[in-house]
Amino acid sequence: MGQRLDEAARLSYDEAVLPGAPTPGPRAGARLSRAFTRRWLALGSLLTPPVAWLVVIYIGSLLALVAVAFFRLDGRTQRPTTSPTLDNLRQAFTVGTYLRVVGQSVLAAVAVTLLSAMIAVPVTFCVARILPRWMRRGVVVAFLLPLWAGYLVKAYAWKAMLRQGSKFGVDKAGGFLESTFGWSPGFGWLAVILSLTYLWLPYMLLPVYTGMERLPNSLIEASGDLGAKPWRTFRDVALPVLLPSIAAGSIFTFSLSLGDYIIPAVVTERKVLMIGNLVERTLLAPNQPLAAAFTLWPLLIIVAYLLAMRAAGAFENV
Amino acid sequence: MRISRPSRAVLVLSVIATLVFLYVPLLVVARLSFNTGKSLSWPPKGWTLDWWRKAWATASPKEALWHSVQVALAATAIALVLGTLAAFAMQRYEFLGRQTISFLMVLPIALPGIVTAVALQNSFSRRIDLGLFSFRIGFGFHSLVIAHATFCIVVAYNNVVARLRRSSPNLLQASADLGAHGMQTFRLVTFPLVRSAVLAGAILAFALSFDEIVVTTFTAGAGFETLPQWIFTRIGRANDVPLVNVMATFVMVVSIPLAWLAQRLTESGPD
Amino acid sequence: MQRRTMVFTAAAALLGVGAGTASATTPPTSGAAGPTDYHWTPNPKLTGEGQTNIIVWAGYAEEAWTKPFTQMTGCAVNVKTANSSDEMVQLMQSGEYDAVSASGDATERLIAGNEVVAIDPAEFPSYARIYDDLKLKQWNSVDGKPMGIPHGRGANLLVFNTEALTSPPDSWGVMFDGGTPADGHISVYDSPIYIADAALYLMATKPELKITNPYALDQTQFDAAIALLQKQKGITTQYWSIYTDQQTALEGGSVLAGTTWQVIVNLAKADGAKIDAVKPKEGATGWSDTWMLSSKAKNPNCAKLWMDWIASPWANAQVAEYFGEAPSNQDACALTSDPNHCTTFHAAETDYWKNVWYWTTATEKCLDGRTDVTCVPYTEWVNAWTKLRA
Repeated sequence: MGQRLDEAARLSYDEAVLPGAPTPGPRAGARLSRAFTRRWLALGSLLTPPVAWLVVIYIGSLLALVAVAFFRLDGRTQRPTTSPTLDNLRQAFTVGTYLRVVGQSVLAAVAVTLLSAMIAVPVTFCVARILPRWMRRGVVVAFLLPLWAGYLVKAYAWKAMLRQGSKFGVDKAGGFLESTFGWSPGFGWLAVILSLTYLWLPYMLLPVYTGMERLPNSLIEASGDLGAKPWRTFRDVALPVLLPSIAAGSIFTFSLSLGDYIIPAVVTERKVLMIGNLVERTLLAPNQPLAAAFTLWPLLIIVAYLLAMRAAGAFENV
Repeated sequence: MRISRPSRAVLVLSVIATLVFLYVPLLVVARLSFNTGKSLSWPPKGWTLDWWRKAWATASPKEALWHSVQVALAATAIALVLGTLAAFAMQRYEFLGRQTISFLMVLPIALPGIVTAVALQNSFSRRIDLGLFSFRIGFGFHSLVIAHATFCIVVAYNNVVARLRRSSPNLLQASADLGAHGMQTFRLVTFPLVRSAVLAGAILAFALSFDEIVVTTFTAGAGFETLPQWIFTRIGRANDVPLVNVMATFVMVVSIPLAWLAQRLTESGPD
Repeated sequence: MQRRTMVFTAAAALLGVGAGTASATTPPTSGAAGPTDYHWTPNPKLTGEGQTNIIVWAGYAEEAWTKPFTQMTGCAVNVKTANSSDEMVQLMQSGEYDAVSASGDATERLIAGNEVVAIDPAEFPSYARIYDDLKLKQWNSVDGKPMGIPHGRGANLLVFNTEALTSPPDSWGVMFDGGTPADGHISVYDSPIYIADAALYLMATKPELKITNPYALDQTQFDAAIALLQKQKGITTQYWSIYTDQQTALEGGSVLAGTTWQVIVNLAKADGAKIDAVKPKEGATGWSDTWMLSSKAKNPNCAKLWMDWIASPWANAQVAEYFGEAPSNQDACALTSDPNHCTTFHAAETDYWKNVWYWTTATEKCLDGRTDVTCVPYTEWVNAWTKLRA
């Protein structure tokens, strides 16, 4: 961190000395310090509004929420009191049933992410490398369009897709899947993973496609020329280059899946609970302190995940 | 790279399969909006325009639509200003905490909606005492705008920063070398450079706000309903399901040209 | 700005469902000032603010009676439907709403938290004609002062598919012991208060537990109820919170038996579901609802007008018939479209309500009067329910 302090004073490239230009002599010192002040003023005026907004409104709210978790609930009025307690945290972080819900949610989010990546890599490869150039833009836009269709619409579209018929129903027929393929996974974890993958897949497709485009042709050619089989080329040459893009896509697929509470409620008849459902139902109980304690789980998991993905270079590829 | 014919075919099929996977559920909903029956069963019973007529004649979905547009416009405006400022700062300057700030930008969209929702609901509902004066943000149009703007900033930011990253810093340098001062450079070089990226960011931010339901549920006040809320309260009502299908289809149809435009703007390079 | 006022004629057309009369399928309010006599005049001392935001149970504020109210008072009604008493308490805590149709398990929390204020009966002409056995109860009064206007009462019923269960069940055993064709197709109300339903069943089937009030459970009794609910999970297909979810499942045939509200049965039957509902021999949990005025009401006058309106004979008859519950206004019985509605729903029949246990908030001090033990308070019910569901 100490080194960054020095870097902070470094000139940015628009004012940087171009290579080959004469190095500033001692007389340039005064001009440099003036430029330095101007730079900080400019930076400050650019950065203050957005950072102030995010810190005051967002970070402030998050911290306030964390604080709420440390207070006792008044059982009679069901409002938070001012008497401190660690009981909410103890519950949220030690009760086995809750830990299982957290574990299952993480697994579901990982499954969605892996599934999305497994779809995205071959598909975007095909679009970027095999399809004729004139088709590419159209296909990419077609991947992204469903993002515009509305989250709830898609959630309920899946309810319609997954519906199972019953001989006791007013309308005995099943939904699209059962009528078309004779099978539907029904309303359970499989339905959750399927619907979440459906929802967030475009967020994986886009960055991976961008990564594919950036993948230098020469690299792949070289690998082929050196006798590598396509699979080997993919694994040893393409995948390492694509990883930051996949990491960028995974930020969305993972975090959006992890905290979802509407999909589990809609496509499982409320039988499946994820972390988001714990938060929502506790908040409506209403038990705000315990709900706040539960939110610490996704908060910590996602922050850890973001840090890991930043290390993987995802932030340069969002 | 030489790819065998069968592998090629498999890959092309995977693209087609993905497109089918992405579109079939949407087409099912669209088809059901013309269904004579009211259940979600398949195949549908027959064709009718009744639900579309009914939705047209009903005030509440149109009002909800208008509310959504208002919130999304206001939130987008704020997010654009803040996101663009941040993008310029981040791209042009190296400074301590740069990484932290890029992290801060992503946080509102990376954290699950329910976390953001609960956090904002809690702070909007409290009376904040600053000594000299105290205030409570409360709930209504304004709370929705504040909440939506918060998670839209990153979208505007991302678009502009990506464009700046792609464009050559030499352009600015050249402008300065030719004697242009800061404002001139901005007006003649920088702004035309990022104009389309800002617009693309605006469209994406608008879409994000327009579709949002989780944060909206917890930060909307009484008596102000957005379209997603309208859909959410009715989607389960057997009698309203066809109307919901109509509104869903309507939004899809309207979104397509917008999405296309956003995509083109993002792609169109600065030069 | 009558945003959420129910705008669908389809919904209004269902009005007569409980009664099954053809005449009621025409919404009585179509046209500005029809010949309908609403049997109510707004209290002239209350000047409306132009709108009011209310929290209701599903079916309590439908267009058929919100529209005439708005026409007569100029108060637009913004309706927020809550799915549980807990949610009502949470919404009232936000301070954004003017009034709420609270059941007994919410009223006590609302009163304790000062979320609601006492009412002055003089401002509510309808109050005089409310059944006496609904007034000044422990859940709707403080020190002999009314905290709201009684709305109506009903029991949580056992709904079953008549094709799957050909001999009509008369016991909650269908839902707790299983062994019927409905196994694996049970629908359970997703709220901590449902623990009382298990306790009620134990009260009848396990006398050794000595449960005398399903809301007054010591730890042993409470654990037995949770164990029973744990067992029930095995045959359950749905936990419903939004009433329409159960309606859809009943119509789709994926649910063959469950705990329900009459309004759901009415709506599903209207769509052709082959179902029926009974109050089983063990009795039932139920509700007695009270309209309460928020202590932070921004539109108190419109809210008061609404509370008076909904308890007035015509509107009260409408809502009681639509929802399928007993009205609170004794004059309402003469105005229902089904002349037998009040008999069917036992409005004045005190005996019927003897084994109906109105939703009440469990407290540490046992509600059945026991002093040798402490009872499990409601917050623990919430935690236990969340754990059970997870």
